[in-house]
Amino acid sequence: MALPLRYSFRNVLIRWRSTFATVLGIALVVFVFVLLQSLAAGIEKSSGNTGDPRNIMIVRKGSTAESASLISRENLREIQYFEEIARNDRGEPIISADVLVLVNLPRSDGSGEANVLLRGVSPRGVELRPQVRLVAGRWFTPGKREIVVSSRMANRFANFGIGQSFKAGTANFIVVGWLDGGGSAFDSECWMDADECRSVFERDLYSSFLVRPVDESAATKFLERIEADRRFKLKAEKEVEYYRKQTMTAAPIKWLGGFLAIMMSVGAVFAAMNTMYASIGARTREIGTLRVLGFRRRSVVLALLIEGALLALIGGIVGCGVAYLWNGYTTATMGFETFSEIVFEFTVTPRLMAEGLIFAVLVGLLGSFLPSVRASRLPVIAALKSV
Amino acid sequence: MSVPNIVTIRELSKEYRQGEINVTALNNVSLDIAQGEFLTLMGPSGSGKSTLLHIIAGIDRPTRGVCRVQDIDLTKLDESGLADWRNQNVGFVFQTFNLIPVLTAFENVELPLLLTRLNAKRRREQVNTALELVGLAERQKHLPRQLSGGQEQRVAIARALVTDPKLIVADEPTGNLDSNSAQEVLGILQMLSRQIGKTVIMVTHDPKAAAFGSRSIHLEKGELTN
Repeated sequence: MALPLRYSFRNVLIRWRSTFATVLGIALVVFVFVLLQSLAAGIEKSSGNTGDPRNIMIVRKGSTAESASLISRENLREIQYFEEIARNDRGEPIISADVLVLVNLPRSDGSGEANVLLRGVSPRGVELRPQVRLVAGRWFTPGKREIVVSSRMANRFANFGIGQSFKAGTANFIVVGWLDGGGSAFDSECWMDADECRSVFERDLYSSFLVRPVDESAATKFLERIEADRRFKLKAEKEVEYYRKQTMTAAPIKWLGGFLAIMMSVGAVFAAMNTMYASIGARTREIGTLRVLGFRRRSVVLALLIEGALLALIGGIVGCGVAYLWNGYTTATMGFETFSEIVFEFTVTPRLMAEGLIFAVLVGLLGSFLPSVRASRLPVIAALKSV
Repeated sequence: MSVPNIVTIRELSKEYRQGEINVTALNNVSLDIAQGEFLTLMGPSGSGKSTLLHIIAGIDRPTRGVCRVQDIDLTKLDESGLADWRNQNVGFVFQTFNLIPVLTAFENVELPLLLTRLNAKRRREQVNTALELVGLAERQKHLPRQLSGGQEQRVAIARALVTDPKLIVADEPTGNLDSNSAQEVLGILQMLSRQIGKTVIMVTHDPKAAAFGSRSIHLEKGELTN
């Protein structure tokens, strides 16, 4: 029979002064773990949020990202007449040939410069991406050096206010509007006219095509056709699939989160161990008494393990609670797919919190294991004689 | 008709090593304790009285000899067997009370019952009975630190009684008490022996305390002297 839970629980509470530092230490570990994982989750969410399930993205075969892809104008001329591609009210094929350019722009806080992804979109580009909305100003006029910047980047870069202008490449651009990508990867982009973009940045080739097929069966046929036609050397896949795979940036952050958490947890385990040794050492006679009353060694070990786990759980709850304050906070980092600044939100999911709490409990269990076993192995007589 | 023995000890010895030296705590002790007896063990410090008490209570093991309590040879029981046996057959009263500080008087008394198959209602009834017997029914929600020394020891006696064991062992139960509290505690132990028929074995230095017992034996250098 186990000792009552209230025994373990009250022992944690009654020694709150001595356990406070350990609780804080574990809280810090869980905080770092949850926060870094929430960064990765935010990046993944941003990529996972992007795209329209009806659209198909075409890039050069062998290129892992749109920014590293090059497609000729001849390819555009041929593909846009494929009968699988839907047409708008004016009978034009719904296809956007985009150009992606990296430009180096100064930050608004004067802390240097960062790469920004500039997307030149064809007239159908906006129509193909309904999740991108104009939230201020107006869209750019084709043929003009006008630009629409992400509203989430507006306060991060200098001269991104509507009506302001900045220099990129050899040209000056006027900011005419702010877009909102709805939490997608488009929140990290600035949009302008594709042909103007090619002209300013002297690009003869496009980066990608985005296509809206007539229906699902046309989509399947279109994918097969692009894949089978050896002239093109292109790769076509659903737009949502393409973006779902663009989570490379999240991987090192996840790894860093795990690595840091493990390193810090070693310290936290020792802190918990120290606390438990002190706590158990102060009540050796009490443990001896429990043994005299008939509680077996395993009951004592279990009660002390629960105590360690509870101690850590309190730390875990504090860590998760503090990390949750960051939930939804917008930040940016350099994306490894595009080498440009990507904007995303810290995303503290219930799953991450659960992982944080489990992590904390494991730290508590590991930290209290040796002290518990040691206490239970102490001969009853020796324990009773302890001062 | 003679009263049956609850404890039978034959040629019991206990030796242990203290650094390089072999210490004989008990040497060839033979003793019978009758059921319902209030036996006091007296002797100077280091005479082996506590060691004898611990062996009878199943918390220490002899080096040689036999210790049978209620016809069970304790030397044959393993660690877990002894733990179960102690829970069912022996009540303990310590000099330092040894209550669990984070548990209330009620919860302290209830502890040994958690190892039985009794349901919560039956446990509550037994705890209330034990606390009433020691006159502390109204203090059951108090934590040990909210009680006086005498009250703490009475809670400890209630805890020793609650499983209704035949044998109650007390190691210097009045050693930390003022004389009034000591009288109360000794009175309760005497009442348990005389009125309820419990066998009480008490270690004490104090001849006044020993006077409450029905028989007193003396140990010196690990041997019985009378």
